[in-house]
Amino acid sequence: MSTSNNPAELDDERLIWAFTQMLRIREFEERVKRTFEEHPGVIRGHTHLADGAEASIVGALATLRENDQLMCTYRCHGYPLVLGTDPRAMMAEIYGRTGGLCGGYGGSMHLVDPERGFMGTSGIVGQGIPQATGVAYAAQIRKRDQVVLCFFGDGASKQGAFSESLNIASLWKLPVVYVMENNSYNVITRVEQEDANAAAGEPLAVKAKAFSMPGVTVDGGDPIAVYEAVWAAVARAREGHGPTLVESKLYRLSAHGNIIAPPGVPLHFPEHEAVEVFGAAEEYEAAKRGDPVPRFRARLVTDGKLDAERADAIAAQVRDEMQAAVRYGLDSPFPEPADAVNHVYA
Amino acid sequence: MADLETTVVKAINAALAQAMRDDERVIVLGEDVAQGGPYQATAGLAGEFGTERVRNTPISEGAVCGVAIGAAQAGLRPVVEIMFIDFITLALDQLVNHAAKAHFMSGGQLSVPLVLRTQGGAGGRAGAQHSQSLEAWLAHVPGLKVVMPSSAADAAGLLASAIADPNPVVFVENKSLYFRREPALTTLEPLALGRANRLRSGRDVTMVALSRMVGEALVAAERLADEGFAAEVIDPRTLVPLDLEPIVASVQQTRRAVIAHEAVRVGGFGAELAARLQAAAFDYLEAPIQRVGAPFTPVPLSPALEDAYRPGSEEIYQAAHAALEWDGREELAIRQPRRG
Repeated sequence: MSTSNNPAELDDERLIWAFTQMLRIREFEERVKRTFEEHPGVIRGHTHLADGAEASIVGALATLRENDQLMCTYRCHGYPLVLGTDPRAMMAEIYGRTGGLCGGYGGSMHLVDPERGFMGTSGIVGQGIPQATGVAYAAQIRKRDQVVLCFFGDGASKQGAFSESLNIASLWKLPVVYVMENNSYNVITRVEQEDANAAAGEPLAVKAKAFSMPGVTVDGGDPIAVYEAVWAAVARAREGHGPTLVESKLYRLSAHGNIIAPPGVPLHFPEHEAVEVFGAAEEYEAAKRGDPVPRFRARLVTDGKLDAERADAIAAQVRDEMQAAVRYGLDSPFPEPADAVNHVYA
Repeated sequence: MADLETTVVKAINAALAQAMRDDERVIVLGEDVAQGGPYQATAGLAGEFGTERVRNTPISEGAVCGVAIGAAQAGLRPVVEIMFIDFITLALDQLVNHAAKAHFMSGGQLSVPLVLRTQGGAGGRAGAQHSQSLEAWLAHVPGLKVVMPSSAADAAGLLASAIADPNPVVFVENKSLYFRREPALTTLEPLALGRANRLRSGRDVTMVALSRMVGEALVAAERLADEGFAAEVIDPRTLVPLDLEPIVASVQQTRRAVIAHEAVRVGGFGAELAARLQAAAFDYLEAPIQRVGAPFTPVPLSPALEDAYRPGSEEIYQAAHAALEWDGREELAIRQPRRG
């Protein structure tokens, strides 16, 4: 839907940048996953990976200008990578080390980088949506021409916080774009089991109608399609016309999170719920065949935007970068026990 | 000519207006705030500062609190009003899981300079869902500050400090105090959080009272004075941070303590205060610390029932006597009160 009123069409270098960012997210998440096997015990608690969402994340973030802001969910590793946050600090945070982005106080679910506009996450489904709305309210009051992206999953749209926030944002015409990453699963419940629109065969974007804002559904496996849809929404928000709900349909390629087990029991990532719970191996295989990362690479190569040699060189560079992140995380010391009570009050 | 009298509501209104004049980052949002709200605490603010900074919100307590948190994280200083503390249940996820933890989880990168104003307390024949005192829940959450003013001057000064504070502060007013006539404010200067206030000196028993119970304690102290007992009355003013030291020093002198709040006694903030007091002053105590609070029941509607339910000066007076006349130990017989 590239149109003449879309001046920010992605040029070749920007497309290669997008591909590189997608690779970086994929590689980072692979390193997190492999940590469970290669370094047992280094990660406990809960990690949630963004593999499968790379195109959606990069396409959406490519629309932002400097000073724009975003908030997201506990599945939060992808966004800061694109914004330029140091992956070494991110990995160290996931490992609970002093060199971590938050000094080991936040962990996998709570990465944050306000300097780069990444205003935080919520580990409580849907409850970050009002805060992103509030960041947009601050932007509106201060008239700084900022737009806020608010990321959440399909499951979050059944929380009251979703409805309350979209009502407020539409009423106040706040500069916010709600990006719903619909990965079809609420942990191990399928979306049509818990969503009235999905059960009726309608896209979840129809929820926008209840709040008198535009709602669009886009192929979240295609970074350019996501870019174009979010770009239009961002432009609308920046012009003062209020929010848009963008439903980005994608397929989470890993399970919801690592297994939960008592101390001492090694953790790992189980099979995807489609296979493990629903016995739908073919669904999962089809999703793997549509994997957005190789899909975008093939498209760039076919279109002559990127040659295979350069693509391989980028991949090698990204592997080194993320290997260094693991190394840094492992080498970073744990905080001192006495520091457990720091940062309670500013 | 300046008014000679004011009220808590007027003091809060004046403090809000002053804060908004001094700092354009200060904004006010909540249900009906642009029209002043049901108690007129925000009256006139929209006229002076505009409806962008004094923003009426839908009846969405959770999201409104979340919006205020987001705005605070982005650099504003929101003062959000939750009309009744009973409705804070709808905003607790935002307060407890988000406002209280953002600074901590981010390793100090984020801060939430938010004030959540609300009001509680029984006595208005308003029934079980518009009369509660729920401050103990909030004081249990690391990362939140909890303020409970007992007078107009304290309300104005503490609110100024709360707005200037870089942390989320829950500011719990009491509807029974809103329209009581009090001396006009002499200043709108901030009053530091975490400073207890001794309202009356005495060497026989220490009364630690919160919010409306401060006035009730003063009434009880007057009655005791008529009987020859000198009660000291201390208002902590803020539950978090708690200024324990002057309370401990007082109890070390009087050796007897009564703690009074309007909230249900079970699990109330008085339990925490009593535990900390006994740990700090165990060797000085001549009697068990007495706690005054509401019975373990919801607030009843009928005037006859609510009056029986709501603790006041009589219960504080009785508790003081229980402390003064504690005969659990032999030597107490020697320390009979000086009657008459």
